[in-house]
Amino acid sequence: MSRLKEKIYRWLFTALAFSSLLFLVGIMAVLFKEGLPVFKEVSPANFIFGKSWYPTYSVPEFGILPLILASLWVTAGAVAVSVPLGIGSALYIHELAGKKQKAVLKPLIEMLAAIPSIVFGFFGMVVVAPFLQKVFAIPTGLCGLTASVVLGIMAIPTVSSLADDALGFVPRSFKEASYALGANRWQTLYKVVIPAAGSGISTAIILGMSRIVGETMTVLMVSGGAAVMPSSFLQPMRPLTSTIAAEMGEAAMGGTHYHALFAIGLVLFLITLVFNVAAEVISRRYRIKLGLNR
Amino acid sequence: MQNDKVPLSGKIKTAGKLKNKIVQNIGFIALFAAILITLFFLGSIIYFIASRGAGALSWEFITQGPRRAMTQGGVAPAIVGTLYLTLGAVLVALPLGLSTAIYLCEYSPGGLLVNIIRTSINNLAGVPSVVFGLFGLSVFVKLFGFGVSILSGSLTLGILILPGIISAAQEALIAVPRSIREASLALGATQWQTIRKTVLPAALPGILTGVILSIGRAAGETAPILFTAATFFSRGYPDSVFSETMALPYHIYALMTEGTHPVEQTAIAYGSSLLLLLLVLSVSAVAIYARQSQRSVYGH
Amino acid sequence: MDINPARISVENLNFYYGNKQALKNINLNIFEKKVTAIIGPSGCGKSTFIRLLNRMNDLVPGGRVEGSILLDGSDINAPEADVVDIRRRVGMVFQKPNPFAKSISQNISYGLELEGSRKKDFIERKIEESLKKAALWEEVKDRLDESALGLSGGQQQRLCIARCLAVEPEVILFDEPCASLDPISTKKIEELILELKKDYTIIIVTHNMQQAARVSDYTAFMYLGELVEFGHTEKVFTVPKEKRTEEYLSGKFG
Repeated sequence: MSRLKEKIYRWLFTALAFSSLLFLVGIMAVLFKEGLPVFKEVSPANFIFGKSWYPTYSVPEFGILPLILASLWVTAGAVAVSVPLGIGSALYIHELAGKKQKAVLKPLIEMLAAIPSIVFGFFGMVVVAPFLQKVFAIPTGLCGLTASVVLGIMAIPTVSSLADDALGFVPRSFKEASYALGANRWQTLYKVVIPAAGSGISTAIILGMSRIVGETMTVLMVSGGAAVMPSSFLQPMRPLTSTIAAEMGEAAMGGTHYHALFAIGLVLFLITLVFNVAAEVISRRYRIKLGLNR
Repeated sequence: MQNDKVPLSGKIKTAGKLKNKIVQNIGFIALFAAILITLFFLGSIIYFIASRGAGALSWEFITQGPRRAMTQGGVAPAIVGTLYLTLGAVLVALPLGLSTAIYLCEYSPGGLLVNIIRTSINNLAGVPSVVFGLFGLSVFVKLFGFGVSILSGSLTLGILILPGIISAAQEALIAVPRSIREASLALGATQWQTIRKTVLPAALPGILTGVILSIGRAAGETAPILFTAATFFSRGYPDSVFSETMALPYHIYALMTEGTHPVEQTAIAYGSSLLLLLLVLSVSAVAIYARQSQRSVYGH
Repeated sequence: MDINPARISVENLNFYYGNKQALKNINLNIFEKKVTAIIGPSGCGKSTFIRLLNRMNDLVPGGRVEGSILLDGSDINAPEADVVDIRRRVGMVFQKPNPFAKSISQNISYGLELEGSRKKDFIERKIEESLKKAALWEEVKDRLDESALGLSGGQQQRLCIARCLAVEPEVILFDEPCASLDPISTKKIEELILELKKDYTIIIVTHNMQQAARVSDYTAFMYLGELVEFGHTEKVFTVPKEKRTEEYLSGKFG
């Protein structure tokens, strides 16, 4: 009797453990099933490289290049904000802060991570956008730059906490060896600790980028929403995520527009998949290099 | 061993020492600036929302529904909607997440299958939130016919927070010392008895912390419920899992982008943001505090 | 025998971890170009002691030093003393080999570049010279650009010694350098130490009494944070003055 029970539990947990795989496959299946029909209307090349996105015109056009470029611009801008601040913060917390400072700073960074994206978007709209509008004397503050700044702030905790983990894996003996050779703290940090944590830090950057590319509500609220080819950070943009969020409500179910939005979802999914796989490969190699796995 | 006739290669230059010190100071200042700027951002977000939102908060604001085309009244239905959605998401994710973690930590034989499961969890964690929304729309709203409803929204949010719950539960299970399991097994307990009676109780605080953190995440998410659960306005509270619902984060978005009375509605949006921020931050403060006290108990 | 002057004089040295006193009133001279071994059961404070000699214990939170450690007459803990300078003069080899995750040659050039030496031929010469002194050159000369982590444990430890030699210290501290090595690697390191004492003042912490007997000129026996006995190695091992030393050497405790 009890042996049967043991078997049942084992099978139950094994079966339920596959739920994540099931959902991941399900998401892919949905994106393909609902997204691919758009290619009956538009060729894949015209979809990806088409320069005009006019889904609701009487003769609609479904070129998502402006959306892809907008995502790239905004992501690049956000990386420029989050990487120096995130890694700088991690280095400060991990290497310079004392015990008491650490006990305060770490939770504060976690607090920043806990703030919902909608609140960041709202803050961007009512504080950052008007500020940048004034500074740059532009017609609207809702533009690529605002999106970059706000997304950059949002990604700081992601980059910082992952970089902090990576720094934690650097063996103490590396530091001791460097100090014993007469290196000062900065030299030890710059020449030993950072290179040793290098792959872990690149993982942090990649996952930060993945987070930024996939972020939806913030860009929807602050990027300005113009689906044109971006040529300046001070211009309104429409990244991939915000296009889906803004237009799904008005797209007729089963129409070309509807399928096009799913196809955008597919593109987005593939981009983040590449980031995540890259991050995993790098961090696995890194752990082996430092002799942590095995 | 060494040739004494070759003169030793000369003393190493020491003129660089002052330069080294200056470089070190510049470097440290830069790192300090980074954390300072980050804290400045955190501070200004909280300051702006708290100072401008505090005026909107009142008993009426959290107990009444919206009135007069959303220019007056409160956000009670949105609060209730967010609570339902969050609760539903946890009900979906907790059994699945806990089972997965138990399988991976207690039963898993290792090997290819486990690697596949781990990789799927990692990748699921990286899927953009709006893509979860697309999945929910296609599967729960359309295919299963649940419509735009609390049920569809909870299921979608549940999948979104699943990876977080799994990794929190895994961490909690791993932290349980091996000796506890061995002690139980040595007394003749079966594996499931060991898990249920010794491992899970020991891991419970850690698992709960993970659940609390996920509640914070689920309460603040907007994109997944955009097409699956949320509505701009409802007259009263939702009466079944099949009704659509207002939700705090969506409410903020709707007021700011689809509103017709910008001045009054921005004030309400500030109030709602402050409310959401209070909810999410207090929940995560509890989790952070709980985690720190657990750390000291386990001694690592 | 004591013709060589003392390079390091330790006077009335106490060390505390928080409230706990780890070293009690240590007085000791370290003589130029001799090997001094420090022996004693684990927990006796020998590692703590050796780490004070190049101020590695600065990194220990809550650590506090009393008394003086004079290096060529000046106190290394004095406010005007430069810790970087001290560590360059007093090098250290650790218990576990700790090469950086860099190439073999980068491991050695690291210390040179710290002070701004960038001349390529100088660095190359120093790499070869240091590896030769550490008796590693023949084994690695064809793979200087490969990762140091690919070397065996014994080779890694000799690389760490070479890395230390490259910055031209005057004193070298060995903190149980063979604790994680096999007997053959241990033998090589011991031979190396005997060779190095021609040019350097050496202090070695070891829990292996035979090793102390083989390599050292002087031996200090520590027990529970105190220096019990210090003298010529032969004398300490054959006619110890203190009863505790005799008991330890004959295996009654430790």
